[in-house]
Amino acid sequence: MSNLPRPGLRALILVRFREFFREPEAVFWVYIFPILLATGLGIAFRSQPAERVPVGWAEWTNRRPDLFAALEGDSSLVVTRFADSASAARALRNGRVTLLVLPGPDSLRYRLDDTRPEAAAGRLRVDDALQRAAGRLDRLATGNEIVRERGSRYIDFLLPGLLGMNLMGSGIWGTGFAIVDARKKKLLKRLAATPMSRSDYLASFLLAQLVLLCLEVGTILGFGVLAFGVPVRGSLGALLLACTIGSLAFGGLGLLAAARPRTIEGASGLMNFIMLPMWVLSGVFFSASRFPDVIQPVIRALPLTALVDALRAIMLEGASFAGVGRELLVLTIWLAVSFALALRLFRWQ
Amino acid sequence: MTQGLVPGSQSPALRLRDLRREYKDVRAVDGLDLDVAIGECFGLLGPNGAGKTTTIEICEGLNQPDAGVVEVLGLTWAKSADQLRRRIGVSLQETQFSEKLTVEETVGLFRSFYGTGPSVALLLEQVQLADKRRGRVGQLSGGQRQRLALAIALVGEPELLFLDEPTTGLDPQSRRQLWDLIAGFRSEGRTVILTTHYMEEAERLCDRVAIVDRGRIIAQGTPRALISDLGAEQVIEIAVAANDGVTPVAPAAAAVQAGVPGVLDTRVEGSVLSLRVERLHTSLPSLLDVLRREGIQIEELRTHAPTLEDVFVALTGRHLRDE
Repeated sequence: MSNLPRPGLRALILVRFREFFREPEAVFWVYIFPILLATGLGIAFRSQPAERVPVGWAEWTNRRPDLFAALEGDSSLVVTRFADSASAARALRNGRVTLLVLPGPDSLRYRLDDTRPEAAAGRLRVDDALQRAAGRLDRLATGNEIVRERGSRYIDFLLPGLLGMNLMGSGIWGTGFAIVDARKKKLLKRLAATPMSRSDYLASFLLAQLVLLCLEVGTILGFGVLAFGVPVRGSLGALLLACTIGSLAFGGLGLLAAARPRTIEGASGLMNFIMLPMWVLSGVFFSASRFPDVIQPVIRALPLTALVDALRAIMLEGASFAGVGRELLVLTIWLAVSFALALRLFRWQ
Repeated sequence: MTQGLVPGSQSPALRLRDLRREYKDVRAVDGLDLDVAIGECFGLLGPNGAGKTTTIEICEGLNQPDAGVVEVLGLTWAKSADQLRRRIGVSLQETQFSEKLTVEETVGLFRSFYGTGPSVALLLEQVQLADKRRGRVGQLSGGQRQRLALAIALVGEPELLFLDEPTTGLDPQSRRQLWDLIAGFRSEGRTVILTTHYMEEAERLCDRVAIVDRGRIIAQGTPRALISDLGAEQVIEIAVAANDGVTPVAPAAAAVQAGVPGVLDTRVEGSVLSLRVERLHTSLPSLLDVLRREGIQIEELRTHAPTLEDVFVALTGRHLRDE
């Protein structure tokens, strides 16, 4: 054993693996949980033809059986009749109908909540059906060509997000917890009393993380490709590079969070404080562009946003190294800064 | 085998001069001087909070003194930290090793940091953990964990061993087992410096002890010399019985001082009157006479040969452990 170079570093890396794989919870959160989450969300948001729009018909205003028949004949609508205004209002409020049609003798009124996107879409469809029934003629003949492409489904959007989020979790928790736990147990202090190279100790976390990273990316990506046919259109090399730099940047943040705290509670608070904004803002589950323009520069500077954006660009849009240059730069800056700070602040006792 | 045995080694194993270390509101070490010779087993004896651990951690390079001279094996931490880490072995107070690793993996990890040293199997043999080598550290008993810590302290074949409270919290049997091990290191020619608040541990293991109180050394020497310096051959302790709700300890003490020959010192603690006497056979009969005459009932009477505990009590007026 001691004939090979750096026996200390190799022994430390081996310890990292043993500690990780002997902790069933850690294995669950890193490998099983993202797969369960992807399966659940993939099924819930699976692509399907547009649903029929539920519409309410007010019977108490003025009966127009001709228009009602036209509405009921439209296959994209489900019509419910309401005898009184109160029950109609209740159905509208709880979303059982998206809009209410109030027929008059020569006119129509729609009652709807304009902040609900499905209400506006429903209004167009209802209006179209009723206008035609009333005798409107279309000047242009129209038809649809249906295209359902891989890469535009929710699961395709979600999987790169989950992969990024998982790399953040395993990078920050994996490094941070192990170090604070060792400090709390005075194991760090005991190690500091040996000739162990202190940089070897810190390096062992990152090197072990790189090996575990391959398993993690392989598991999640492999699952996405095999189970849901998620595409990987761009360069696989660029994908692995983005994952590696991203994972190391999160490892650096974990090291930083663990540089000082003496208790697990203190470190968890710090790690959650680092991760929470990214869970919310970085566009794991929905596009980060939904947030106001003012905070977009901040969101785009977060490491998880950079990683998730890069992964989506590579997997869904077929980007190469050059296409994700900005994101890789953001991640590299996080990596360098968090490391430099962590090494300055690190407390062995 | 170890360099400590080489005759003519100039430097002492440890030299401390006017060592000082202050925390926010406590002077943990307050001007401490100490010399430990190569090959010695030296004990720092004192109550909790006396400054023993701070002192030993400064010697181990884990804590920085505010002022003072620290020379370990003739070297300083500022200049020769790497060399010192290779030459000393350390067992800290209450280190918890990773519970998920096995005993041999844990020793193997520490062994990997040193260029030379005994094999893991040999070390486990030495601390009698060979049959536990594939067991997880989390499954070990308190005594087994302490022996694991000792094995780890030995991985680099150290000349100088620092053991901080190696037997605290152990049952008497595990404690005796550790004593045998530590006595073994000493006979291999290693220098051992240990802290303890068990006086019997210091008496049993140490060539010399220093009694530490409030960050200073208040007495040092061989256990025998310290005890004989008390000038007492025996200690008598009398628990005075209560009489009508009153325990007449003070009148008893006064009567003893007035009427019993050969009493060097009397001390009252609660309902217990404690006397140091030159000779049991001259003092005890007249002590019993005096108490009978004064009408003082004895609930319990004990005598014992003086120990380091009695030395500590005589020097500080307090006990080593609050019990």
